[in-house]
Amino acid sequence: MALLEVKQLNKRFGGLLAVNDVSFQVEPGQIKAVIGPNGAGKTTLFNMISGTFPATSGTVSFKGRELKGKKPFQVAGLGMARTFQNIKMFSGMTALENVMVGRHVQSNSGFFASMFRMPWTWKEERNIRDKSMELLAFLEIEEHAHTDAASLAFGQQRAVELARALALEPSLLLLDEPAAGLNIYETAEVGRLITKIRDLGITVLLVEHDMSLVMDISDEIVVLCFGEKIAEDAPEKIQQDPEVIKIYLGEE
Amino acid sequence: MKKLLSILPLLVVVIGVHLLTSATDTMYYLTQMTMSAYYSLLIIGLCVLMGYAGQISLGHAGFFAIGGYLSAALTTHSLIPHQNTTLVGLLDSAGLLLSGQNLYGEALLVVTPWAACIIAVLTAAIIAVIIGIPVLKLKGHYLAMATLGFGIIIYRVALAMEYFGEADGISEVPPFVLMSGLSVSGNFSDRVQNYYIAWVLLLIGMVLLLNLIDSRVGRALRGIHGSDEAADAMGVNTARFKLQTFVLSAVFAAVAGVLLTHYNGGIGPSEAGVMKSVRYVAIVAVGGMAHLWGALLMGIVLNFLSLRGVFGSYDDAVFGLILIVIMLFAPNGILSLNIRHRLKHFLGRRKQDKEGEA
Repeated sequence: MALLEVKQLNKRFGGLLAVNDVSFQVEPGQIKAVIGPNGAGKTTLFNMISGTFPATSGTVSFKGRELKGKKPFQVAGLGMARTFQNIKMFSGMTALENVMVGRHVQSNSGFFASMFRMPWTWKEERNIRDKSMELLAFLEIEEHAHTDAASLAFGQQRAVELARALALEPSLLLLDEPAAGLNIYETAEVGRLITKIRDLGITVLLVEHDMSLVMDISDEIVVLCFGEKIAEDAPEKIQQDPEVIKIYLGEE
Repeated sequence: MKKLLSILPLLVVVIGVHLLTSATDTMYYLTQMTMSAYYSLLIIGLCVLMGYAGQISLGHAGFFAIGGYLSAALTTHSLIPHQNTTLVGLLDSAGLLLSGQNLYGEALLVVTPWAACIIAVLTAAIIAVIIGIPVLKLKGHYLAMATLGFGIIIYRVALAMEYFGEADGISEVPPFVLMSGLSVSGNFSDRVQNYYIAWVLLLIGMVLLLNLIDSRVGRALRGIHGSDEAADAMGVNTARFKLQTFVLSAVFAAVAGVLLTHYNGGIGPSEAGVMKSVRYVAIVAVGGMAHLWGALLMGIVLNFLSLRGVFGSYDDAVFGLILIVIMLFAPNGILSLNIRHRLKHFLGRRKQDKEGEA
């Protein structure tokens, strides 16, 4: 069974059909990429999958469960984590604290227990901290654990954001343009980290602009153009697809 | 444990102030210190809502007033005319009523302060839920305006209802006997005792909130402040957390209202006024928004000065001015300013100017 199944998804904004009848599946353990020129509907598609806004029609199923009407926090609770194109760090919090927020769904102390420091919260708090430190180490930024996250370099913020998403222990990780704003070295670095995450057994679905990154790391690619899916195949096939070449390089 | 240790120096200061005033024969300061402590209880609750969860409220004087007015009315207005109704009968059989005499020797039947306190705080919490669910969907200016609207409603209700004493408010509110030998009252002989009751309660509130912000819940709240959308994506039920924080801060405000009303022996409509809400927001801002210690310190200092009448008739104007100055020059609060550094910089520049002239 596919981990994520997108079926005939549509999104209409007034007169604009931003996503038009898009269907695809993401199999467990793969890195799948959605590419397409600006305005192709990639981010809109992403936002419908993660529950930010509802689809006009069509369905998204995750682990065989339809996500209709689920809010982002509920989708996150089901094991789908995401990052944002314009990194949304929690400002005023350290890198470690940012990642610790990601442990939210894996812990459950409420207002009362937190205010009165109930004994059962002590162990949970320690677990949250240890696990978060582990993830920062996994993404090779543990030396910045106690730095204000917003003051880190962009590439480092990406890594913190990835650690924060991994803290949910997701089975599917959605990455919205992970290379946006990064130079070629940082992009290659992020590519390496994403592969490392996949090797943990976490399925990755990413939206991306940067061709080099996508071609290097993806197992399969979906190409969107003006809201429609025009191709879906392995990277080497996509590179030779005449229609994709036409979109990206223009007609002869 | 660490939190308790950080509170310890403050406890020393509290005892120190008592000893100092008693040594210098200025014990009357303790009255304003007690009142400031109660106002600060509201302010630290508001600080968590504004500074940590990032939700402004210009209606917190309303919650203070709900607490104060309800407990004043319930413990003061005699139920004798309604003695035969089932509700009064029920309250009576539950042991929640107290009979006594008023100043003129007439028989009185009122709700006990404990029961009144619980009813008042619960009412404030319920109203916070009812108001909070719709208005917390709003952000920024819109949330400020909606909470302001709520504050105005409470103020006008207090001013209009005979039950709440209209423009006169409610006076002759009896002492609140917490346990035998310990009561919140304005009696001269209880002054020291009340100073300690207020401060111990404030310290307990402070410990609870310090615990809260350094916990799973606190991180979620700061996350909401940092980025609503990202917190949502991390699985934080942002609407619920905002609402719970709003209710928590309303409860702190209502408790403060109840206790201060018993301490003062009365409450008037000015406590419900919009200017009070603005004052609380200003104090949280001066304290540095996301800074519980700053809020506590400024809550004590500014309320104390205001209660001592240092600002005279310009009291409200001073708080308005503070808000403007802080927003312009120290948006991160007065404690964020490195005063010495600034001063040196300033003096250095003047010196340079002089050298330039020479």
